[in-house]
Amino acid sequence: MNIAPGVNSLRTGPNERGRFGEFGGRFVAETLMPLILEVEHAYNQAKADPAFDADLKRHLKEYVGRPSPLWFAERLTRHLGGAKVYFKRDELNHTGSHKANNCMGQILLARRMGKTRIIAETGAGQHGVATATMCALFGLPCTVYMGATDVERQAPNVFRMKLLGAEVKAVTSGAGTLKDAMNEAMRDWVANVTDTYYLIGTVAGPHPYPMMVRDFQSVIGEEAKVQLREAEGRLPDAAVACIGGGSNAMGLFHPFLDDTSVRLIGVEAGGHGIETGEHAASLTGGRPGVLHGNRTYLLQDDDGQIIEAHSISAGLDYPGIGPEHSWLHDIGRVEYVSATDREALTAFQLCTRTEGIIPALEPAHALAHVTKLAPTMGADQIILMNLCGRGDKDIFAVAEHLGVKL
Amino acid sequence: MSRIAAKFAELKTQGRGALIPFLEAWDPDQATSMALLRGMPAAGADLIEIGMPFTDPMADGPIIQAAGKRGLAAGVKVAHVLTMVREFRQDDAKTPVVLMGYLNPILSYGPERFCADAAKAGVDGLIIVDLPTEEADLLLPFSNANGLDFIRLIAPTTDEERLPHVLNGSSGFVYYVSITGITGTRSASAEHLQAAIPRLRKATDLPIAIGFGVRTPDQAGSASRIADAAVVASALIDTLSANLDEHGKALPGAVEKVLDQVRGLAAAVRG
Repeated sequence: MNIAPGVNSLRTGPNERGRFGEFGGRFVAETLMPLILEVEHAYNQAKADPAFDADLKRHLKEYVGRPSPLWFAERLTRHLGGAKVYFKRDELNHTGSHKANNCMGQILLARRMGKTRIIAETGAGQHGVATATMCALFGLPCTVYMGATDVERQAPNVFRMKLLGAEVKAVTSGAGTLKDAMNEAMRDWVANVTDTYYLIGTVAGPHPYPMMVRDFQSVIGEEAKVQLREAEGRLPDAAVACIGGGSNAMGLFHPFLDDTSVRLIGVEAGGHGIETGEHAASLTGGRPGVLHGNRTYLLQDDDGQIIEAHSISAGLDYPGIGPEHSWLHDIGRVEYVSATDREALTAFQLCTRTEGIIPALEPAHALAHVTKLAPTMGADQIILMNLCGRGDKDIFAVAEHLGVKL
Repeated sequence: MSRIAAKFAELKTQGRGALIPFLEAWDPDQATSMALLRGMPAAGADLIEIGMPFTDPMADGPIIQAAGKRGLAAGVKVAHVLTMVREFRQDDAKTPVVLMGYLNPILSYGPERFCADAAKAGVDGLIIVDLPTEEADLLLPFSNANGLDFIRLIAPTTDEERLPHVLNGSSGFVYYVSITGITGTRSASAEHLQAAIPRLRKATDLPIAIGFGVRTPDQAGSASRIADAAVVASALIDTLSANLDEHGKALPGAVEKVLDQVRGLAAAVRG
């Protein structure tokens, strides 16, 4: 498990105000403030309770299927001709992505708090499916807010959620994507304060969510560290993950933050290219502001109005980023780069053909960067990439982009 | 004495509460919302609340969301909202004006510059929905330095223990969000208000306004008597939006229809 961080550790955040440096915080309406404090209190208690940890571990092992394997992508490595590439295979989790780690943690917390109704927002539908799954498992009613645009482009996941018994509400406000779904989920929560638990899917939102979701996702990096030590006897030289809100990246990076020899690289969605303005790269193309309860880098215009993000991947299509990433960006511990829609599509196909793994379009962005990075590194060096989701949900979108009729 | 304090003191001598109508800046365009603002005092507004449009108004229901969207489509910016108030002040030195909005456009404008410019324009108070007490230090030093009242929202979820904390540093009046929910969706019962407001009175000497779910003259009259003021927003925007053509332009008489409604509400408050 975690080694206790020392005084110079980068792993001690957030502070008591929920801040990572100047980012994070609790920017919500007063109606929600007492609820957020209640979640924080309950989470702190759960974290200190060995019974909660044991229950979570059992569910992660026996239901989610952890630990996820670490895979040496040998053919891909040969193809790229450079560093050895390892995949942390979180796409093999139950429900097909890393989202299950966080959903399991939070649903156990919600049960502990006596909440009887669960709401969630979803972009690609991965978090929605994971939430609907846990709700089915525990017999809790579930409402998932999803942008109307995403409902259309992620039809298989919408059907999955419905099969699992969740109510999927299509959100038509704004551009009908993840940002708008999150607004609508917040509005639901304000109106249903007594019985409802808001299960946020990424390391964003008001404190304690960025911290809590990071903690639940850190199992990714912790396992990978142990597995890589077994396989190679050492740390990776670089760890790479894609970033929308940033939960899979935070989960991979956090256990490595104090290992200064490990380059940490987050890959944002470059959409049609940063220069076109049509992208979802908040750190590369945004500036600090406040949205959805926290202060972080945001895509916004000169007057502080939020700009719609664009990405081929519905899961990265978010104009903000988790506040801890904003902080890690500003202090320079993590490098943030971007990959375009086109680069992600190419990487998607490469992964499928060389490794027999159909990745989600989200980690295809991470892989796109790995394909640039690996050839610049030596054969004795190691890249660890989080393959955070599988691509079944994306085959229709990919077919369309490739001009194939299904 | 601030304009807000003076107004409530004056109303106290008249033995009645205040009517605070709301309009969204530049909904559906600059001229219409300016005409509404100018017409409100004569129609019976005691204070006026102006909404500053934001792309992601998390506490607002569909009615005010749509109003904000129309304002943004018309091109409104933070500076334009301040200009509205400056122009209003040329003819009206007495009616307090309160701006209600979300934090990000203010942060983008610069909190210090915003408070200075707002005070200069003749704004009296600020209600920032997503700036709870826990984060108030981002704005409070600047609103204080410029003599702007920092109006706090109190919700039904705010318990006794939290109440003094939330009220600490608040001024002008206290805004009681009467329902757990978003704007324009449902209304609190008179029984709820009759229990909630005395609880709040024990914790503050500031006047108390009731908002969220106050729609009809009856509700406004009742709220202004149980508390000290009634805020009416979505019901007025409903009327305005019902008087827009298919392109979103105000139909002839739209402003008068809204002002008529304000007159009806004002009559009930004057009971």
